[in-house]
Amino acid sequence: MSATTHDAIVIGAGHNGLVAACYLARAGLKVLVLERNDYVGGAAVSRQLYENFTYSNCSYVCSLLRPEIMRALELPKYGLQIIPYDGGCTMMSDGGHLAIYDNHDALRREIARHSPRDAEAYDRYSRDVMRQCKFIKPLLLREPPDPTSFRPRDIASLLDLGFRLNRLGSERIYDTLRFWTMSAADFLDEYFESEIVKAHFAGSSIIGTALGPRSPGTAYVLLHHYMGEIDDTVGAWGFARGGMGAVSAALAASLQASGGTIRTGAGIDRILVRNGRAVGVVLHDGEEIRASQVLSSMDVKRTFLESVDEKELPGEFVQQVRNFKIRGSSGKLNIALDGLPVFPAIPAGAPCSRGDLHVTDTIEMMERAYDDWKEGTWSRAPYIDMLIPSQIDPTMAPDGKQYMSVFVQYCPYELASGPWDAQKRQAFGDTVIDTIARHSPNFKSLILHAEVRTPWDIEREVGLTEGNIFQGELTMDQLLFNRPIPGYAQYRTPLQGLYLCGSSTHPGGGVMGAPGANAANAVLRDLGRTVPR
Amino acid sequence: MSAVQPATSYDCIVIGGGHNGLVCAAYLARAGRSVLVLEAAAQVGGAAVTHEFAPDYRVSACAHILHQMSAQLIDELALEAHGLRFATTQMPTSALSPDGDSILFGPTGLSGSARLSPRDADAYPRFIERLDRFARLLGSILEQEPPRLGTTEWSDRAALLGLGWRVRRLGRRDMRELLRIGAMNVYDLLQEQFESPLLQGALGLDAVLGTNFGPRSPGTVLTLLYRLAAQSGAGPRALSQPLGGMGAVCDALARAAAAAGATIRTDAAVARVLVENDSACGVLLESGERVAGQAVISSADPKTTLLQLLGAEHLDTGFVRKVSHLRTNGLTAKLHLALDSAPKFTGQDAAALGGRLLVAPSLDYIERAFNHSKYGEYSAAPAIEITVPTVRDPALAPAGGHVISAIVQYAPYALHDGWEAGRERMADQVIEVLERYAPGLRSQVRACELLTPLDIERKFRITGGHWHHAELAFDQFFMLRPVPGAAQYRTPLPGLYLCGAGSHPGGGVMGTAGRNAARHVLAKAS
Repeated sequence: MSATTHDAIVIGAGHNGLVAACYLARAGLKVLVLERNDYVGGAAVSRQLYENFTYSNCSYVCSLLRPEIMRALELPKYGLQIIPYDGGCTMMSDGGHLAIYDNHDALRREIARHSPRDAEAYDRYSRDVMRQCKFIKPLLLREPPDPTSFRPRDIASLLDLGFRLNRLGSERIYDTLRFWTMSAADFLDEYFESEIVKAHFAGSSIIGTALGPRSPGTAYVLLHHYMGEIDDTVGAWGFARGGMGAVSAALAASLQASGGTIRTGAGIDRILVRNGRAVGVVLHDGEEIRASQVLSSMDVKRTFLESVDEKELPGEFVQQVRNFKIRGSSGKLNIALDGLPVFPAIPAGAPCSRGDLHVTDTIEMMERAYDDWKEGTWSRAPYIDMLIPSQIDPTMAPDGKQYMSVFVQYCPYELASGPWDAQKRQAFGDTVIDTIARHSPNFKSLILHAEVRTPWDIEREVGLTEGNIFQGELTMDQLLFNRPIPGYAQYRTPLQGLYLCGSSTHPGGGVMGAPGANAANAVLRDLGRTVPR
Repeated sequence: MSAVQPATSYDCIVIGGGHNGLVCAAYLARAGRSVLVLEAAAQVGGAAVTHEFAPDYRVSACAHILHQMSAQLIDELALEAHGLRFATTQMPTSALSPDGDSILFGPTGLSGSARLSPRDADAYPRFIERLDRFARLLGSILEQEPPRLGTTEWSDRAALLGLGWRVRRLGRRDMRELLRIGAMNVYDLLQEQFESPLLQGALGLDAVLGTNFGPRSPGTVLTLLYRLAAQSGAGPRALSQPLGGMGAVCDALARAAAAAGATIRTDAAVARVLVENDSACGVLLESGERVAGQAVISSADPKTTLLQLLGAEHLDTGFVRKVSHLRTNGLTAKLHLALDSAPKFTGQDAAALGGRLLVAPSLDYIERAFNHSKYGEYSAAPAIEITVPTVRDPALAPAGGHVISAIVQYAPYALHDGWEAGRERMADQVIEVLERYAPGLRSQVRACELLTPLDIERKFRITGGHWHHAELAFDQFFMLRPVPGAAQYRTPLPGLYLCGAGSHPGGGVMGTAGRNAARHVLAKAS
């Protein structure tokens, strides 16, 4: 038995757990964060797995992290530095490419190379997408209203949403409704004619998602990836200097400065419940720690199906948790390279090679990659999102060497052919490496070390169910007031004193921090405390 | 006064004598308007016709089961007094499995030779009850003119509040469930509820018939509810087979319209909508004849109406862009087989043969069939809804002969290799699949016809050959159907209205679009 008591225990030191803990500590609560692994960060980590290379071995770019949170928690003061990168590039199998630049005019000229009409359309496209981002942005750091409730707070929030929608004006409201329900492929068809332009933009619509670009609802996923902003540039992407672990390290430092405590190597066995109230946790080694508030940053399935005794929960709720869709659909390779790979498609030294690189020709290729996933195999021609951050951030790799992060869509959690094993993992890695090698003649000869991570591996290491990067699919049935469970979308759970603060809750995943901040907010309001600004 | 004064003038000209055009005309005529219906083909009916596909073998050309026309509409227009008879109503459904077992969906529940787990048997009635509650709510929406959003009109706000109120009245549990599953895919929903792949497949097929979706596509719970909503409005006459085929419905509608005073002209294809002083003033026929009308109401699909008959020059660019982006390509084919004797489906008795037979043994089977269509291929193993209309209506075939009418998912509008080469191969492929469920079928076939979406486009003048004229998806539904700015049956051009399946609520032999449009036109004028 531990003698010390805490006001709040946060389960999991991923970025959301840490964000929640920071807000609570700043409000004066005595906070303890418990982390199963020996390091903090969850899926936002920098790990040295090979010589002096630093891998951002799960999440790999930083954009979604809310600036409000960065400011409130003083993350730059605690060492976080985001380096924006300029653009990216999609390479085609015929040797052509589409480069992406932050500079609107430069990008327009590049698109015009493929289709002058699409260059015109790009103005419309970027305006419409940004308009949607601006509409959604204020919703991110808010508790979603419960449309079935008659509480003044919910009604006011719904009315406010209605008014804000109304203010957009007729045309824009219809656009918004369509945007939220369309497929990325249909959405892009309304703007562009060039296959490569469409394929490039469609990439964001499938990352982390068990849907194909033709599935209705994927236009929203596309948007989800645009919602970040760096230095007030909406939609910009950057690297955290030192890898994604730098985000977690800054959060941890901020927390400790406010008096919070983190214990690593402290996995929980279960959440303690007494009379329908969460009163603490029991660690794997049997140690009991009590606290009046417990926040879980684990996903909703791990929290309720593995850490709470089923009989403490309403039967229907348990069924709903089982029905929540968390699907493993992405893999990851982290590769140490002996030098910079040459991509003949990209002009040497082009700034776009420092951004996100993709290999695909058409939306159809992505859709076929999805069909493979549906059949329980990894995509034979996967969609790839690769970056070489060491070009911009020299701390990631030794002199002259490079670190490459390769995100792979699609890779199933369960293979139709039976469980994952070393051989299959190797074969999956080879598929990805071969795909890249087709665009880079010297790539294979540069590989010093490659870490191959399937959804199964990510689940084992990080604790994300099925290795899903969003802790739950971003489909309409699991967004806003439906996330994670209708009626429990406001961070509270059927158990008093138990809150969810992970990406299973609104507004979902990505290294955004909003679920953590919103959950802390809910806790503080329930305690009658003022929320720190 | 304009130069050429047409000989005749009508209050309302209805373009197209399909079921929606005729319904609209009948309601307008009953309200005392002078109405002219112009049909391009030699007979009325549009795609709801009975056609002779082989000597003395007749079949409903597209939809073969009347399951969506509301009882109210049938009664209001007295269609039975005007000759509509049913060969059978409340047709049973059999879900066939390749091993010969089946599940029979009857009015009283599930039966049949396939074993169902106690969990499925227990879940099914509750599942259907809940969906029926949602379907009734959706049913009320189908009958309603979609409100406009972002306006300051009280009628729009009242309609929205009314809608919100009806959703609330479901009660908290149902409301939450509706808001959750409303935009979901039917695959996940059925996986949550049931274990039997055969049961899942049968319910899943209902969700995707006539759409461009596979069961995993989000939005297929909506299409399932849409089907159930219309079905529940049809009451005891749901899932019925009109005597004489689907053409009989339109014949009765035409008689009802004529009895109310409407004039119906066939072989009268419209070439243009005439515009004067920025409003529609009549039509020009392909024959060169002009007919004047106060209001022109088109049951043709929105692209045909707005981009061909009217012309983009009368509309603003943004609106034209929206109309041209309307997704109108069909994905459903229709196979007709003339048989020399009764087909023998393994394990199916005569009663089952008179109902619907489904080939959709699992959700994955349907999804795999769908995969092909995404890449311009027809399904290697398609999902099929089969009827043998001659079981209940022997007059459709020569003595002893039978007809198989099969709706086949999926056949893309634009087949990669072209339909000239593909049509016969696909027909053969479908027969191959049917043979597995009805051994010996191939040897009974005397004649065969496959209508691809391309054929449906050509035959019935439906752009893209889509059953619903425009894809039934969330972004083309209710106040977004066919496009914002034309979702209340009127178009941006004063005097020109839409009343076809491209308008809310959509297609199927339902007639609600025509009825809603007539109500709108009448309300405008009064």
